[in-house]
Amino acid sequence: MQVRRFIPLLGFGLLSVLLFRGLSLDPTALPAARLGQPFPEFAKPELQSGEAIGVADLSQRPALVNVWATWCYSCRVEHPYLLELASAGVPIYGLNYKDDAVKARAWLTQLGDPYALNIVDVEGSLGLDLGVYGAPETYVIDRDGKIVHRHVGILDSRVFHADFGAWFSSVVEGTVPLAQRGSVAK
Amino acid sequence: MIPELGHISLIIAFGLAIGLTAIPFWGSLRGHVAAMNLAPSLAVGVLVFTAIAFALLAASFLQDDFSVAVVAANSNSLLPPLFKFSALWGNHEGSLLLWVLILAGWMTAVACLSRGLPLAMIARVLSVMGLIAVGFLAFSLLTSNPFERLLPNTPLDGSDLNPLLQDPGLIIHPPLLYMGYVGLSVPFAFAIAALVGGRLDASWARWSRPWTNVAWGFLTLGIMLGSWWAYYELGWGGWWFWDPVENASFMPWLMGTALVHSLAVTEKRGVFRSWTVLLAIFAFSLSLLGTFLVRSGVLTSVHAFAADPERGLFILVFLALVVGGSLLLYALRAPTVASRVGYAVISRESLLMVNNLVFTVAATTVLLGTLFPLVMDALSLGKYSVGPPYFNAVFVPLMALLMPFMTVGPISRWRQDAPRRWLQELLGPAIAVVVLAPILSALMFDFNVWVALAVLLAGWVAVGVLRDLWHRLTAGRSGALQWRRLSPSFVGMTLAHLGFAAVVLGAVVVTQHSEERDLRMAEGDSAELGGFRFELTRIGQQPGANYIADQAFFVVTEGDNAIATLVPEKRRYLASGQVMTEAAIDAGLLRDLYIALGEPVGEGAWAVRLQYKPMVRWLWVGSFLIGFGALVTALDRRYRVQLASRQEPEPAGQGFEFAG
Repeated sequence: MQVRRFIPLLGFGLLSVLLFRGLSLDPTALPAARLGQPFPEFAKPELQSGEAIGVADLSQRPALVNVWATWCYSCRVEHPYLLELASAGVPIYGLNYKDDAVKARAWLTQLGDPYALNIVDVEGSLGLDLGVYGAPETYVIDRDGKIVHRHVGILDSRVFHADFGAWFSSVVEGTVPLAQRGSVAK
Repeated sequence: MIPELGHISLIIAFGLAIGLTAIPFWGSLRGHVAAMNLAPSLAVGVLVFTAIAFALLAASFLQDDFSVAVVAANSNSLLPPLFKFSALWGNHEGSLLLWVLILAGWMTAVACLSRGLPLAMIARVLSVMGLIAVGFLAFSLLTSNPFERLLPNTPLDGSDLNPLLQDPGLIIHPPLLYMGYVGLSVPFAFAIAALVGGRLDASWARWSRPWTNVAWGFLTLGIMLGSWWAYYELGWGGWWFWDPVENASFMPWLMGTALVHSLAVTEKRGVFRSWTVLLAIFAFSLSLLGTFLVRSGVLTSVHAFAADPERGLFILVFLALVVGGSLLLYALRAPTVASRVGYAVISRESLLMVNNLVFTVAATTVLLGTLFPLVMDALSLGKYSVGPPYFNAVFVPLMALLMPFMTVGPISRWRQDAPRRWLQELLGPAIAVVVLAPILSALMFDFNVWVALAVLLAGWVAVGVLRDLWHRLTAGRSGALQWRRLSPSFVGMTLAHLGFAAVVLGAVVVTQHSEERDLRMAEGDSAELGGFRFELTRIGQQPGANYIADQAFFVVTEGDNAIATLVPEKRRYLASGQVMTEAAIDAGLLRDLYIALGEPVGEGAWAVRLQYKPMVRWLWVGSFLIGFGALVTALDRRYRVQLASRQEPEPAGQGFEFAG
């Protein structure tokens, strides 16, 4: 028996420990491939006006880009909190992802519209550039138009206070009441 | 009733698989002939009952039985029947059943075609495969039962198959891929059986070889179809994305490539024995690992099935038992005595070792890249994603390193060769290729150093292979071409190596010379790209079976000749409301023209993406040649003759029947 014959077994043992650890981690917490980089260029119609918009139409101050769709149940759960944030003065851009524009407009009429602008991404190409895994996802872009943070899943006040405070300190410091946590359903 | 019968069949198959694992193996240890003789019948039994379960699930899909959960989640009454059928494996539960069915098919094939093998060997091989079947049937029954019902709240209609998967490519891509994945269990089982029996000799390698080649060939074809499907179906003209799930299929392929070549050395020369066994274990382990990665949710990917940690844990435990057990067996039983036969540095053995090193290193780097995000996350060192730049940076130089050797390998001699002989044989081709490559690449496209290099390397491989072919054809005295002298092994290798050259050339050219334009176009607009003129003549709407399509009619002209009418579509699927881009492609051997429709951007105009993709077809034609070549090698008479007469292998020849 030679010791070196055990090397593959040893390697595999390490790998198994790693994979076991991996099972309890959340891979969707992976950051965007684009983190720290400028928001990707795009030329897409706006949901309500139908006009073509691009990166230049996004504001020069910190803002959220929220990926949503009418087929996404969690987005409905998240929606009231977005309305709250918008009324507290947080600029939110929607990325209407692989959706039906008619349904999307109906949704906003019915539930309220928190979005300053809504980028229509029917085929998901902008989502692809961003590295979107699914809806909902929320990105923070800073005043230079760089993507500085990404959250996968429902955005609620707990998440917002924990992770978004750096860019929206005035909002976090009390103007928005602690809304109840949305139940995670997907 | 039908789903319940299916469920029962699956349970019976599970029971038979347990019997197959235990009884013949026990018999092989005790020398109990009757117990060993049970193995083939039990293997056939597993196949029969898995096939019944599969057929009954297929019936549920075809009859729109939405009380079955997977049918409700993945089918729809409007779906065309062919897609209802293929929807069976467009989901986790059903594809797992397909996995088991194919495994049972391989088991039965081994049982039927290995009658000449020693009984104990067959018994052990089938037992090992039975154990794998036990694991996957338990996985299916315990965590992913495909026959689960939605009662009493049965939906009126199903929520439809993902439109991306409603494509003829999907009907055959997974079965072919699984044929490869699962087929690698055969050389694995042979390796384990040989380790248990302590008989790791040339005959073991000879028995494994045809199975390995066929499995590897199917894996090649499966990967090829996946790449092709991604190209025309995803709508953005890419053909390989280094996505974790693609990597999951690519790692076993790379390891399998090393195995196919290493088995040749072990069979012909009796060396590399431990190494070959290890490769056989690795290749199948990587295909199990791929299954784990795809179905556990530890990595994110566009392909991944619904994540479920419980399923992940199940496969992980199974993986630990199978792989850990085999590696332990290897550590304890692998031959420790060095082979009697040696070989010189200048020999075919050394060249094949280069092949083995390159492909093992390639598989390891792909594994590292795929698992890196997980490693960093597990060590709490932050979140990372590894993209194409890493993979290209390590993979491209490795392949470039390999290619110079690919031409020398097939013409070299076993044990000892002379550099002078190589020089004599290859100086002519070398000069020809070095002179012609830059000229050719400059004639075809604008000069580009990477393309010139690719033409050089691919040309080197192709010229070497063709020269060897010519040599053999004209070896006789009569002057007539000696087609009959070519063995299937040699023909297969020639095809595969030519295919490899074609893939490399296609990959580099399409990467370097592709052109694309994103435009806003309305009726009557036209645009130029790659020397072609695209005119959008009309926009219309057309209903399909379960969708409505917006269509744009393009007339493509080159100079004054109209060469094609292309109709890209934007489909809205009725059941899910999902929107799909259906690209229109004018395919050609030297270039593809590719049009994909984006969104309507107002005033009757659409966002349009035009692409010019030179030599992209070479990728798939080349991969097809590789896969087909591998299948051809299995026809070699040598394997059958040996099986029938159960002789010891003949002494190593001068390398006339080497199969790649």
